[in-house]
Amino acid sequence: MKKSALIGVAIGVLALAACSKKPPAELPPVQQTGAPSTSTPTPTPAQSTAPAPGSQAHFAAAMSGRDVIYFDTDMYNIDSEDAAALRAQAEYLLQHTSARATVEGHADERGTREYNLALGERRANAAKNYLVSLGVPDARVRVVSYGEERPAATGSNAEAWARNRRAVTVMIQ
Amino acid sequence: MMNHKNLSIVLVGLLAAVSSPALAQQPQSPAVTVPEALGSEGASSGPLTGTVTADAWNDLGIAIASFATNEDVPTAANASGTAALGHELARVVYNDLRNNGLFRPVGPDALPRPSFTQITNPAWPTWRGRSAEMLVQGYVRPNPDGRLTVGCYLYDVVLEDELIRDGWVVAPADWRRAAHRCADMVYSRLSGESPFFDSRIAYIAETGPKENRVKRLAIMDSDGANHRFITNGQSTALTPRYSPDYTRIAYLSYADGNPRIYIYDIDSGRQRLVAETGGPTFAPRWSPDGRYILYSMATAGNTDIYRVPAAGGTPLRLTTSPSIEVGGSYSPDGSQIVFESDQSGTQQCYIMNADGSNQRRISFFGGRCATPEWSPRGDQIAFTHIVGDFHIGVMDTNGRNMRTLTNGWQDEAPTWAPNGRIIQFFRTERNSGETSIWQVDLTGRNERRLNTPVGASDPAWGPVLP
Repeated sequence: MKKSALIGVAIGVLALAACSKKPPAELPPVQQTGAPSTSTPTPTPAQSTAPAPGSQAHFAAAMSGRDVIYFDTDMYNIDSEDAAALRAQAEYLLQHTSARATVEGHADERGTREYNLALGERRANAAKNYLVSLGVPDARVRVVSYGEERPAATGSNAEAWARNRRAVTVMIQ
Repeated sequence: MMNHKNLSIVLVGLLAAVSSPALAQQPQSPAVTVPEALGSEGASSGPLTGTVTADAWNDLGIAIASFATNEDVPTAANASGTAALGHELARVVYNDLRNNGLFRPVGPDALPRPSFTQITNPAWPTWRGRSAEMLVQGYVRPNPDGRLTVGCYLYDVVLEDELIRDGWVVAPADWRRAAHRCADMVYSRLSGESPFFDSRIAYIAETGPKENRVKRLAIMDSDGANHRFITNGQSTALTPRYSPDYTRIAYLSYADGNPRIYIYDIDSGRQRLVAETGGPTFAPRWSPDGRYILYSMATAGNTDIYRVPAAGGTPLRLTTSPSIEVGGSYSPDGSQIVFESDQSGTQQCYIMNADGSNQRRISFFGGRCATPEWSPRGDQIAFTHIVGDFHIGVMDTNGRNMRTLTNGWQDEAPTWAPNGRIIQFFRTERNSGETSIWQVDLTGRNERRLNTPVGASDPAWGPVLP
């Protein structure tokens, strides 16, 4: 009963995103048990420098790239690739129940500054809504928009812009 | 060498020549006061319509000579004394006109220095021989209290006649304001346009690499002088706007980790949130009377425009659509607001009444319409025209007669000069992301880059100083 409710929410999110030129994402598959689908980072010998579970370092290592999702120009819909990444994020957050996350929304430089702040809000919220639809408590995920102010790639070309249109999930330490 | 007694006589003669009843006609202010004996000449204000056509005034050759002084003494305004200050005053007037492509000015470095007695009695043959059509002369007089009296005179060399004069008493630190007032007087008298030089600009100073750029709130005079950083760069600052009375600046800061608008009080250095909202706020704009601030706030990802009393109070939501509504710029009478929305699918410009009613799209010319700013004159709206590249455009308030003024790779965020004749904007360089403030006049001519100490974006030009 709980799963069907979650799927229903997810369908709603996908329906909102239907204006995209991207194909609609597939529904999130039924989750296995709480076992993480990614391997935990290999413990460093001798010293106890292994990142603590729930820390940003631990999360980033566990996600191996799936802590970031990407968007088409001016878009904020969650496509199938994004959905897979967000599922991995949700699993992590559901497993580490004390972890809290911030979703940072970003835009590329080919927009005006204030509109990009609003666009970053849209993107961060789209990602957050998806996480919440998978069962992550709303209170454990905050959002912030950086607009175009914090580019990940510094070029002025289509490739760099694609890398900058993103939502990044980071753990709150 | 002139002695003090002679100067007293000269001064009496100078003052006696000011027989106009227009004493102290202008409103007094703490920073700049009209000296009792040197009111503006009310009788002959107005442009040279009839003798000079609208197209011709800008071709006038104007000689701007060193301002004389009655007494070369030390002053806090210039390490070399009042005589050197007089020369600097004329240079500021000259650079104001020259840098803005106004008239054909010749500056004090290339001209003979008039004596103090000649300020009210020009050596006409000298100026005629230099083919000057207009002549600007002035003086600086130190007062016992340390303040300075600056007089400014505009003469028609051909007619051998005085066109207008004015004078101001300023604190030494405000000496440049007297020069800007003089340039404004000359510009307004000859062009018929409203003044704009005596004004300030708030902007964002940018330093560091593109991926980790420091963005600080900064202010400067309209000519770039008296530059001051206000924030230290620890948190990103964006999109400042001066209050109409210059006492406060509304701007966005990430001071608490979220984008929020703060109202910064310039005198006290303190700041407060524009509104105690849970959500992020951005795109601050003042109403022309300074009583309200518009801001945009995102709630669950949906951005709409709100209005809140500048003194604090309950916000009023002006837009409600699920699309992004952002920005907003008041008409000069405060009755309407132009803003941008992507409810059509792309950013376009819309107008609504100040209470949010009667929203309607005005931009239908192809491309996108962003960051609209209503001209202080009321008849035009400047905006960022996005057609792949970003250009500065202007249009009538009904969206017609769109014209593109600039042609950079990324020119955005126009702001109007106080008189609505010049637009500043910022330009971003491809790849490096270097930013700089530029200006262009309404005809698309006289495009030039402003000198700023570091990279610069988000210019916001305030009104003429009170």
